[in-house]
Amino acid sequence: MSEMRVKEELGKGVVIEAIESMTGAESIAPDHMGRGSAPATFYVPSTAVCSPQQRMEFENLLYLQAIALDAKRWQDWMDMFTEDGMYWAPSRPEQTDWELEPSIFAEDRLLMEIRMGRLMHPNAWSQAAHWQTNHLVGNVLVESLTESTAEVYSRFQMMELRRDDVRHLGGSYRHSLVKVNGQWKIKMQRVDLTNAQAAFDYVIQAWV
Amino acid sequence: MASNKLAALVEEDRVHRSVYTDPEIFNLEMEHIWEKIWVYCGHESQVPKVGDYYTLQIGRQPMVMVRDKDQRVNVLYNRCPHRGVQLCGNQSGNTGNGFVCSYHAWSFHLDGKVRAIPLMKGYEDTRWNKDNPDCSMRAAARVESYRGFVFASLAESGPSLAEFLGDARVAFDDICDRSPVGEVEAVPVCHRVMQRSNWKFFMENQLDALHASVTHQSTGVSARRVEQRVKDEKGSAPLFFHYLSAFATSFDQWDSVQTVNFPNGHGILKAYMGLRPTDPDTVAYEDLLRKAYGEQKTEEYLSRSIHHVLVYPYLSVQSPLQQLRCLRPIAPNKTLSEIWHFRLKGVPDAIYKRSLWYFNLVNSPSTMINADDLENWTKGQWGLESEKAGDWVSFHRDHGRDTVEQGVHYSNSGTSEVVMRNQFQAWKQYMSQAPAPNKAKSPETKEAA
Repeated sequence: MSEMRVKEELGKGVVIEAIESMTGAESIAPDHMGRGSAPATFYVPSTAVCSPQQRMEFENLLYLQAIALDAKRWQDWMDMFTEDGMYWAPSRPEQTDWELEPSIFAEDRLLMEIRMGRLMHPNAWSQAAHWQTNHLVGNVLVESLTESTAEVYSRFQMMELRRDDVRHLGGSYRHSLVKVNGQWKIKMQRVDLTNAQAAFDYVIQAWV
Repeated sequence: MASNKLAALVEEDRVHRSVYTDPEIFNLEMEHIWEKIWVYCGHESQVPKVGDYYTLQIGRQPMVMVRDKDQRVNVLYNRCPHRGVQLCGNQSGNTGNGFVCSYHAWSFHLDGKVRAIPLMKGYEDTRWNKDNPDCSMRAAARVESYRGFVFASLAESGPSLAEFLGDARVAFDDICDRSPVGEVEAVPVCHRVMQRSNWKFFMENQLDALHASVTHQSTGVSARRVEQRVKDEKGSAPLFFHYLSAFATSFDQWDSVQTVNFPNGHGILKAYMGLRPTDPDTVAYEDLLRKAYGEQKTEEYLSRSIHHVLVYPYLSVQSPLQQLRCLRPIAPNKTLSEIWHFRLKGVPDAIYKRSLWYFNLVNSPSTMINADDLENWTKGQWGLESEKAGDWVSFHRDHGRDTVEQGVHYSNSGTSEVVMRNQFQAWKQYMSQAPAPNKAKSPETKEAA
């Protein structure tokens, strides 16, 4: 009996069409727009004319820096900075002034030295747990270049292993380089962490 | 009826490990502590414009703090009464002049009252209609603000916010009084760090003066070395080196610091952080305060001996540096900490920069201090989860040696574990309303077995 009724019902109906009228949500709340979060500020790099040799020199610098971190060769890593060099990881992509806004890292050479001293202290308790990182750096773009200055953009992916846990950090680097005695040095490294706005599981012990 | 089983877990000088690990006890804490007492929601300046919202957890309840058209700050359950879908899908944002559900377009005013339901004729002759209060978003039972800091309670009755805070309200006075206009605004960057430990570890740690020179030895020693070198080279070192090197001080120094422990588990770790150097910026700033408050008040405000103020069981306030950490427990072994910084209104940038250094060095996700704290708490949680290694957590240090006056416990040494003893007295009081847990082994049965 019910089978026949169902059959009959299935034989009729309307076709839902997209029509030029307000959608259900719009009709009930015409001000529905604008509830989404503001689009995150994403830095879009520019590109400059750069020879392949020059480009390779910058890529090598980035790779060597990443290896210094993975190898925990902290002094080597620090020595890649100028004497007045800064390592800055802002909390938000739109930040421009590390002196007036909260950062994840804002370290000059002296603070780097304190962090290195802590990491190498025999009673840095959190260092007892085995941990290791693996950095990959790519998407390298030379943004501007003169005889003695360069702006180099790149993106990185870093896997961190701590005890039995693995986590991933990723984001972009912006290296402001200057030539000192014929060698490129880092005057400012800006690190925009994609992870910055999510809660951190544990903290970040060393530079990213 | 008071639960003897729960009460037996907390003795005067020791507590049973299960209060840190048992999921059932955790749920009872959420129900009988967090979902009853006044819980910190946020600062009014986090939602400056009409429709601005900020989401948060009170116990297990998803809530949203929102600025209404009449400028009032409301705290509502972030839930559509139709099918339960959360209305605000981001941590913060602006919801316009009302909430609209993404599922079936039910809409609500900023005070949670239902505004419109689509195709209302479908509800004719049902018991579900716009006049039914259950068709509106539910609001927190009570919302109060103290000097711009917003708190909510999910219980209809109970102590007022002022009664709950008691003397711990000095945390907010000490933050605000340092501004010549008596006001602060939240810096719109909230660092969030997950702790893999029970919330009690953090609360106990904050006033634990003995741990500092042990746990933070590596950072303290390294900072002291660099600080000394800079002093030798330049005659003086920036104040912020001291924020880190101070951790390398001796046991005796820390033992000379006093803790003041209030009813409800609140407390203060004293010790002044040396924030009154005589550089031109500080002198100019103190002049601003003198103009606003006069000599006597200014001295009172600037010489309060406060390192941390605890509002039990979830806030640690470093009022002289305008920073605050708020706990949102997630599970017995998982706690989210929200870390905020406040900016004094009417004060030059130099003074803000000084406290910003502390925020960056100690409270940021790259903290050289909490890295070792979090490691302790994680290992502590694992240790207490062991069922056979021992049942009790010891708080015997200086038991019986503290001075008690009108319900306030003054430690006679900085390292007295009166801090934890006092917190657990409040815990016991709150939990006395809870029914006995079923699964939790009471210490008696365990010992008898």
